[in-house]
Amino acid sequence: MDYFLELLIGGLTRGSIYALIALGYTMVYGIIELINFAHGEIYMIGAFTALIVAGVLAMSGMSGLSVLILASVVAVIYSAAYGFTVEKVAYKPLRHASRLSPLISAIGMSIFLQNYVLVAQTSDFLPFPNLLPDLPFLANYVGFIGSTEFIIIGTTAVIMVLLTLLIKFTRMGKAMRATAQDRNMAMLVGVNVNRVISNTFIIGSALAAIGGVLIASHVGRINFYIGFLAGIKAFTAAVLGGIGSIPGAVLGALVLGCTESFATGYVSSDYEDVFAFVLLIVILIIKPSGLLGHKPTQKV
Amino acid sequence: MSTLNYTKYMEGMKQAVVVSLWFMFLTFPIMVIRVNTIENIIEWRWMNMLYIGAGSFILSFVWRKMSGRGISARKESIGAQGGRKFYLQRLVSEKRLSLPALGIVAVIALFFPFVSSIYQTNIMTTALMYVVLGLGLNIVVGQAGLLNLGYVAFYAAGAYTYALLYHHFGVGFWLALPLGALAATVLGVLLALPVLRLQGDYLAIVTLGFGEITRLVLENWNEFSYGPSGISGIPRPGLFGMEMDMHEATVYLYFLMILLCIITIFVVNRLQDSRIGRALLALREDEIACQAMGINKTMVKLTAFALGSTWAGLVGVIFAAKTTFVNPASFTFLESAMILSIVVLGGTGSIIGIIIGALLLILLPEYLRAFGDYRMLLFGIIMVIMMIFRPQGIVTGVRKTYEFHTEEK
Repeated sequence: MDYFLELLIGGLTRGSIYALIALGYTMVYGIIELINFAHGEIYMIGAFTALIVAGVLAMSGMSGLSVLILASVVAVIYSAAYGFTVEKVAYKPLRHASRLSPLISAIGMSIFLQNYVLVAQTSDFLPFPNLLPDLPFLANYVGFIGSTEFIIIGTTAVIMVLLTLLIKFTRMGKAMRATAQDRNMAMLVGVNVNRVISNTFIIGSALAAIGGVLIASHVGRINFYIGFLAGIKAFTAAVLGGIGSIPGAVLGALVLGCTESFATGYVSSDYEDVFAFVLLIVILIIKPSGLLGHKPTQKV
Repeated sequence: MSTLNYTKYMEGMKQAVVVSLWFMFLTFPIMVIRVNTIENIIEWRWMNMLYIGAGSFILSFVWRKMSGRGISARKESIGAQGGRKFYLQRLVSEKRLSLPALGIVAVIALFFPFVSSIYQTNIMTTALMYVVLGLGLNIVVGQAGLLNLGYVAFYAAGAYTYALLYHHFGVGFWLALPLGALAATVLGVLLALPVLRLQGDYLAIVTLGFGEITRLVLENWNEFSYGPSGISGIPRPGLFGMEMDMHEATVYLYFLMILLCIITIFVVNRLQDSRIGRALLALREDEIACQAMGINKTMVKLTAFALGSTWAGLVGVIFAAKTTFVNPASFTFLESAMILSIVVLGGTGSIIGIIIGALLLILLPEYLRAFGDYRMLLFGIIMVIMMIFRPQGIVTGVRKTYEFHTEEK
C-alpha cells in the first residue's frame, strides 16, 4: 500500500507538471487550432532563465525563498515575452494560410529556439539548484509526501483554480471563450481578436515557465533539449483530455502522469514513454475526441 | 510627396528602434549572462547585446520592406491569374524551357560522382534518399491530406527488416529490398486500420505517437533489435558478386538511388492522374462528398497509407545498406519533421518542388557546416521565413484542369 501511495504521489507530481505545460497547448489550440510545437521550448527557456537568475542571485549572496520568488517571476516574465514574440513573428503572418504552413513554421521555431539556447549557453546538462523550500511540518503529519511533491501539486492546484476563475469570470476570459467558439463572430461583436490571441500565448507561456521552474528544481538538471520530450508529453496529455478543453488538459495530464508512474512501478521502467503513447492511441481509438472533448460537428 | 516619404521613413525608424530594444530585452539573460555554477563565475557578454540590437534594427527594415512586397505580390497573383509567374514555376510549366533544363540535370546527375569526392557523392545519395521519402510522404500528406507525423516508423521498418534478416539468416540486399518494402506496407496498413476514424490533427498526433513508440520499442527491446547499440556490419549491395572497394560502392549506391528516384517519380506521376490518385484528391477536398460519389473511404485511406509507407520501406533498406549500421537514434521525430518540411517547403503536391525541397534541406545543412553550431539555428530561421513569405512552397503544385468549351453551331 505504501508503494502504491508513493507511485500515486509520483504520478500526480508528474501529472501536475504536464498539466501546466498542456494548458498552453490546449488554450492555443482552442483559439487558433495550431499545434504550437515551440511551446516545449518556451518551457525550456523558462527553466534556463530561472537557472541564470538564481545563479546570479546566489553568487551575490542571496539565498532562500527570495531567490525562488525572484527567479520564478523573471522566468515567467521572460517566457511570456518569448511566447508573445514567437506568435507575432512566426504565426501571426500565417493566420490565413493553409493548415500546414503554421505547423511547419512552428517546427522551424522549435528548432531555432533549441539551437539558440545551445549556441548562447551550452549543450551540457547544467545542475539546477533545488530552490523549493523544505516543509518540515509535512513529515510530522503526512509521512508519504515529500515537500517538493507537495509544493508542485499544491502550486498547480492553486494555479488551476486561478485560471478557471480568470476564464469564467473576467472580461478577458469571456473574450477568449468567444474567440475559441467562433473567431469571426467574436470580431463582429467587438472582441479584439489579435489581443486575445496574444493574451493566450502570454498566459500559456507563463504557465509553462512555472512548470519549468518546478520540474527543474525537482529533477535537478536541465539542458537545451528538455523542452522536446516535455512538449510532446504535454501535448499528448492535452489530446488525451480533449484538445481545446481546459479541464480536459488537466485531467489528461494527471491520467498520463499516473499511468506512467504506475507502469514504471509495476511493469517496467524501460517502457515509460511507450505507455504514455499507447494510452493516447487507445483512448483516441475508443473516444476520438479525447476524455472531455466535444465531437466536432461536420458541416456539409 | 517628400513629406509623405519622410513620415514613412520616420515610422519605420521608430518601429526599428522599438524592435531592437525589445529584442535586446528578450535575449538579455540567455545571450548576455552565462553562469558557471561549478566555479562560481558569472560571465557577462555585453557585446552580444550590441550585436542583437544592431542586427534586429537592420532586420526590422528588411522585414518591413519584404512583408510589404509579399502582400502586394499575393494581391497580384490573385488579380492576374497566371500573369506573372515565379521563374521556377515557368521553368517547370513551359515545355520549351523544361526540356533543356531536364537535360542539364540529367548530365549533372550522370557525371556528378566522377567529378566530386566520395564525401560529396555520399551526401548527394542521402539527398536523393530524401527525395524518395518526400515523394512517398507526399502521397499521404499532399494527395490524400492525411497529416502523418510518424513517417519515420516505416523508414525504420525497412532498415530493420534488412538488418535483422541479414543478421539472422544472411539475406542479401536484393532480396531484402522487396521484403523491407513489404514490411513497411504491412506496418502502414496496421497503423491505418485503427486510426481511420480520426481526422486532422488527431490523426497527426496519433501518427506522431506511433513513430515514437516504434523508436522506443527498438531502443528497449534488446532481444529483438539489440537496443540502442543497434546492428552493425550490414553489407552494401552487391552487383553480380563483383568485389567493390569503398569508392566504387559509393558510386554504385549513388546510381542505384538515381534509378530509384526515376522509378519513384514515374510512379508518383502516373499515380496523380490515375483513378486512385483522383480518389485521394477527392478524399482530401471533402470526405463526405467523396463518399457520396461512391468512393470507398476506408479502402482509399488504407491505400494511401500503404502506398506512402512502401517508399519509406524501400529507402530504409537502402539506408541500412549505405551506412552498414542501424540504430534507433536515426529514427527520431526530427526525421519525420524533416521529411514533412521537405514536402511543405518544396510545395505540397508538386513533384519538382519536393525534389528541390529535399536537395535544399539536406544539402543546405551540409554546406552550412562552415557555420558550425549556427547551422541548425539558420535552418530553423529559414523554415520560418520560407513559410511566411512563400507558404505555398517553392513550386506550387498545379492541378490538372479540364476545360469545357461549348461549340457554337
